[in-house]
Amino acid sequence: MSETTSAGATIELEGLTKRYPGSPRPAVDNVSMEIKAGETVIFVGPSGCGKSTTLKMINRLIEPTGGRIRIGGEDVTDMDPVKLRRRIGYAIQSSGLFPHMTVAQNIALVPRMTGWPASRIKARVEEMLDLVGLDPGEFHDRYPRQLSGGQQQRVGVARALAADPPVLLMDEPFGAVDPITRDHLQDELIRLQHELHKTIVFVTHDFDEAIKLGDRIAVLRERSHIAQFDTPEAILTNPADDFVSGFVGAGAALKRLNLTRVRNVEITDYPTVAVDDPLQEIFNKLRSSGTNEILLLDKRRRPYKWLRRGDLMRARGSLARAGTLVSDTVTRDATLRDALEAVLTDNAGRVAVTGRRGEYEGVVDMETLMNSVHELLEADRLEAVEAQHDLESARTELTHAEQEGDGERGEARA
Amino acid sequence: MSFWEYLGNRHQQLLTDAFQHASAVFQCMVVATVVGVALGVVTYRSEWAGNLATTATSTILTIPSLAMIGLLIPVVGLGVPPTVIALTLYGLLPIVRNAIVGLRGVDPSLVDAARGIGMSRVAQLARVELPLAWPPILTGIRVSTQMLMGIAAIAAYASGPGLGNEIFRGIASLGSKNALNQVLAGTLGIIVLALLFDAAYVLVGRLTIPRGIRV
Repeated sequence: MSETTSAGATIELEGLTKRYPGSPRPAVDNVSMEIKAGETVIFVGPSGCGKSTTLKMINRLIEPTGGRIRIGGEDVTDMDPVKLRRRIGYAIQSSGLFPHMTVAQNIALVPRMTGWPASRIKARVEEMLDLVGLDPGEFHDRYPRQLSGGQQQRVGVARALAADPPVLLMDEPFGAVDPITRDHLQDELIRLQHELHKTIVFVTHDFDEAIKLGDRIAVLRERSHIAQFDTPEAILTNPADDFVSGFVGAGAALKRLNLTRVRNVEITDYPTVAVDDPLQEIFNKLRSSGTNEILLLDKRRRPYKWLRRGDLMRARGSLARAGTLVSDTVTRDATLRDALEAVLTDNAGRVAVTGRRGEYEGVVDMETLMNSVHELLEADRLEAVEAQHDLESARTELTHAEQEGDGERGEARA
Repeated sequence: MSFWEYLGNRHQQLLTDAFQHASAVFQCMVVATVVGVALGVVTYRSEWAGNLATTATSTILTIPSLAMIGLLIPVVGLGVPPTVIALTLYGLLPIVRNAIVGLRGVDPSLVDAARGIGMSRVAQLARVELPLAWPPILTGIRVSTQMLMGIAAIAAYASGPGLGNEIFRGIASLGSKNALNQVLAGTLGIIVLALLFDAAYVLVGRLTIPRGIRV
């Protein structure tokens, strides 16, 4: 275990079942899945579908009544659960911080239990606070009740990661905070995961959260049956059945736009001039450009004004009065949804794309956006159909019993 | 003889009685706390066991203290033993009940978190559940102590120690010139002791309840 990070471990669930005594049907019925090392997998499903139960069986807070759990290839189904849990980070809704301990004491709990030396624990607490974006000097000695909900949740994540576990289980961790804070925390988690590459299993009932965070999403129906386990793109564009599409909800294509960045689509080049270019040159460019319009950049090459043919005439040759100011720009990291929003609100239906320091890089307009989205959706669909086909032929080889129903369904769709 | 002259004359005897009174109550409280919290810890997780413990201890409390001591004398004899047994039994109820209520009142998500991060059962109790249940348990201890202060006076009936002796002597010699002084001195002494103990508990609370959950 290195001081900073140990990367994720695989998790394999094999026929995992939970049957409560006295109830005729199992709460979780025969769940099998493989989660790759360093992957973020989201369990999403309606309340009471057993997603939380399934999660809690991975660290055996709930003992499975059947099936095996393997973490990093090691069978942990029968090992001492207390030892197992110290190797698995666990973060829950409403943070689960112990109110009688300070922030530092909370974070230090697992390292202390695993017997780290005091000096290393101290350094680790500072490091973790830093990692989740809280100033160690300020928050070290505070009690949980002196923190806001979002801050508590950050400390909760810091505590879960303190002993550097390869696996992190999160049970609706952002369920109890307001939407704006939740958005921030989700962004933070994405950033963290970029640095740490843990294997994260995350339970939520919010499909949008699942799309935002997940490398893969497992849509679960009652008794934790996996309705679909695939990438967000595939689930959005090719839901396996009515249950999944019902859960995805309306506007799947719009949600898909959240998953693609402006950098991934074609950016058109636009004729541009700079404010300090001579007027004659600006006139010439305007006349020669096929677009009827050019983009005026300021001294630092940032988009400044849209100039149309005739604008300069009307303003009697004064650049200061001519044209319309650029109201909105998007960066290459913006999602297509943001870009669409900007394009829709612009009266000419286009938006300038800027680089890191706001400098001009290109333009996205309605047409390119529409073409890109169509291409994306089509590509997603093909990929999903192909994946499903692979899956089904694999299944066909495995069992003859299952082959009938599933095979027919798959072919009908293909 | 005025009350003040009486106090002046008898202060040696009164201080000894007061000390013995306080000492008996204190020692019985220690035993009652240990037994009461242990009973709470053992029973709080099960509905029926917790209820049984609460019902049993409250039944004990309904027995009149004089009758209880009277019943104990033939079994354990006179003096200190019946006093200690009676006081400890009476002290149990508020502690057991508050321990059960306090432990059951710990937010289940915190217990879940404690298990989830890999605490053993003992660590969960010692580091999370008992510290969080401590404020109500301490309240139970306070109530018990107040109650035992009064009940301890009855112990004099079985030749036990304490300020009860003053009161019983006064009652026995009603009409004599010091009778009223004796009853008054014993009663006031108990009240003063009770107030002193209560002040001590406030201090104990300040020192032992973690700052994060202090109200």
